[in-house]
Amino acid sequence: MIKEQYPKVYLYRRIVQAKIFIDTNYADKIDIDNISDEAYFSKFHFIRLFKTIYGKTPHQYLKAIRIEKAQQILKTDNSVTEACFSVGFESLSSFSALFKRITGESPSNYSKRHQETKKKMDKKPLAFVPSCYAYQHGWIENSNFEEVSE
Amino acid sequence: MTVTNIHVINQDSAYDFYVNKLGFKLVDDIEMGPETRWLTVSPPEQPDLQLVLFPVTVSKMFPKEIAENLIELIKKGIFGCGVLTCRDIFATYEELKAKGVAFIKAPTKEFYGTEALFKDDSGNYFSLQPLNNFDDENSI
Repeated sequence: MIKEQYPKVYLYRRIVQAKIFIDTNYADKIDIDNISDEAYFSKFHFIRLFKTIYGKTPHQYLKAIRIEKAQQILKTDNSVTEACFSVGFESLSSFSALFKRITGESPSNYSKRHQETKKKMDKKPLAFVPSCYAYQHGWIENSNFEEVSE
Repeated sequence: MTVTNIHVINQDSAYDFYVNKLGFKLVDDIEMGPETRWLTVSPPEQPDLQLVLFPVTVSKMFPKEIAENLIELIKKGIFGCGVLTCRDIFATYEELKAKGVAFIKAPTKEFYGTEALFKDDSGNYFSLQPLNNFDDENSI
């Protein structure tokens, strides 16, 4: 049995639960005040502890998670509008501006780039697999890997 | 290095572990035939490093006896796959535990720093250490 001996375990568990709550409910309207109350912290104390552990305030973290989830949605041929509202944004322009600030490209560009890659992948999947792996798996018979017989 | 292997026993279960529990990002998941996929993930914040979740199945690479032996060794926890570093080891430990990751060792102060050990779904083990192992600046 593992003995829990590290200090402040009770503090960590409460902050981690808040983070998991954000991870699970990112698409809903999340009130940071509510989260800090449920974790039995003052809002200031909660934000400070959260930022110390995760390097971001809860609000910054929530925005980052939403953009990350939007990226996953955009990879699956959904529209920018669908991605925006699915992850909890209420304004397409705010979403697009934040997406570009965080990722460096617009959501429509991101989506287009990934759809093009997906088409290439569907057409020629082996182009995305290093030849040595493909050969080891038996996905190709490549004479370059055969031993030269004397 | 850009691509390296982790030998796994079941790719579906490995996907769930690495993506849903550890929070690794899915890079490629390409069907290459019946019951075989090119499945790669990357650690968060390291998008240039791909880990191939390489299934140990009877194939050109693994004849039957070798596959069976390798699976047994993996299940016994013989293979350590490396060190994962994190910002705060205690927070990461609590989160991974809450998500069902099996820890062999809780965060423990050793002579070389603080370390925890956990296993993946196949049996491979990893060391978990804080980024600045002798510095408590990221701890509360």
